[in-house]
Amino acid sequence: MIEVNGVSKMFGAFPAISDISFRVEPGEILGFLGPNGAGKSTTMKIITGFMPPTDGNVTIAGYDIVTDSLEARKHIGYLPETVPLYTDMTIKDYLEYMGRLRGMSRDYINQRISEVIDICNLGDYYSTIISKLSKGFRQRVGIAQAILHEPDVLVLDEPTIGIDPIQVVETRQLIKNLGGEHTVIVSTHILPEVSQICERVIIIHEGQIIAEDTPENLAQRLVGSERVDLDVKGPQQDVLVALGQVEGVREAVRLEGQPGSVPRYRVQSELGIEIRAELASTVINSGWGLLRLDGVIMSLEEIFLRLTTEDELIQQVDPTQEDASAE
Amino acid sequence: MNTFTVAWKEIKGYFSTPAAYIVGAMFLSLTGIFFVFDVTSPFAEASVRGIVNWASFFIVFLAPLLTMRLLAEEQKLGTLELLMTAPVRDWEVVLGKYIASLIMFSATIILTLYYVLLLYVFGQPDTGPVLSSYLGLMLHGAAALAVGLLGSSLSANQIVAAVVGIAVLLMLSFVDRVGSLVSGVAADVLNGLSLNAHVTDFTRGVIDTANVVYFLSITAVFLFLTIRSMETRRWR
Repeated sequence: MIEVNGVSKMFGAFPAISDISFRVEPGEILGFLGPNGAGKSTTMKIITGFMPPTDGNVTIAGYDIVTDSLEARKHIGYLPETVPLYTDMTIKDYLEYMGRLRGMSRDYINQRISEVIDICNLGDYYSTIISKLSKGFRQRVGIAQAILHEPDVLVLDEPTIGIDPIQVVETRQLIKNLGGEHTVIVSTHILPEVSQICERVIIIHEGQIIAEDTPENLAQRLVGSERVDLDVKGPQQDVLVALGQVEGVREAVRLEGQPGSVPRYRVQSELGIEIRAELASTVINSGWGLLRLDGVIMSLEEIFLRLTTEDELIQQVDPTQEDASAE
Repeated sequence: MNTFTVAWKEIKGYFSTPAAYIVGAMFLSLTGIFFVFDVTSPFAEASVRGIVNWASFFIVFLAPLLTMRLLAEEQKLGTLELLMTAPVRDWEVVLGKYIASLIMFSATIILTLYYVLLLYVFGQPDTGPVLSSYLGLMLHGAAALAVGLLGSSLSANQIVAAVVGIAVLLMLSFVDRVGSLVSGVAADVLNGLSLNAHVTDFTRGVIDTANVVYFLSITAVFLFLTIRSMETRRWR
């Protein structure tokens, strides 16, 4: 349903995201997880066609988001990070306007408005001016707007940011219920959120995808490992075996690279063991050329840690969670 | 279709918020004051020339104040992102907003017909120049609104948007003054660009195709620039 192929985005000379590729299958809920500034919003903006990518392409339901933009956009419901609301309109007028912009007929709009008002629990505020609504309600209006036209693809950028804990729980449940009918991408920097609502997670850091798996597998893989990348000139099989035998190495794999370039290997090791010196001497003693060696800038743990600690604040003040633990 | 959806929303916006009423009222009171000065001066003539000249001058401020909200607010509220990811073309948005501002402007101008009515009650104005003056006023307004809309596309801040619009319009209005200081081709070009130079003929009862084409061109060019400006928003 969503295909992202080698997408990069440069802001001037600064790469916001580089070479991102992934697919989302129909009905799937994909979590897009990363610390603040990792490139989540940029990716969302490219997927929804707000910004063209510098490189690569995105297709939504088979339509390219740049060359077939209008067709592709018809299939998308989007909730940007800052909820886009006309604050001087009532919820009803706002939803009506959004429906008309998406080419819905009057009857269909009216039918859908009453449905989404129900889904998002906005019944009592139907004709309230949006500027008078609290942040949580505004968020719900934003979601109502995104699902109004029953889009195949739903892109939600940080849907639970800045709302109170009870509303966070409600919003997460709401999103979970939307899966199945819609293909959903949710971006967030809160780890427990993805494990609650997503079937699959992509972790993005400094503009690159560093992991992609189910939340359960990811949590397992994350337990104690550190990574080193090496470019080694030498017979591939032998290099792999030799690297795998270095003490403390858990796994050594060859990374897909440009054809013709020097092969790159990624070595996963146990946490807290310095293996770089050992790796280097293994390569050199075997008579191969070591062209590059670097510890991956930030291990998954560190990112994981960052993500978890940020949510602890929410967990602490989340009354529903407290109740659960009190029992 | 989308153009009219956008236009209709903005027209409702104009009539349901006080800002446009205040701007319109300011315009009407200022033109009213100068109308009184005009008709009470010695040897006053029963013509709309004076009032239309003043209205033309105040359009420089009226138009950007009417358009400043249209695109700047979308950027400020973040709704631009919504609009540009909805299946709507950029030009449909720009044109819809422009039409709304044109209707609001026309509504304001229609109210000035009250002065004309007074002229007919108390004198015998020449109908030809009255009609041509109002045609000129509408064309001038149409061009000024396009300039104002460009200003609004350039900033998320309404004040900045209005100031940019007013500044550009002031320059366009008075370049003929600079034109009178130089000679030759430069003078022709500067006079050719001037809004004021093209208004004068209309108030004399002359409808020159060149003037009509001039205002329509200014409108088209600035609307085109506005659409382009919106497109480049995507890259920022």
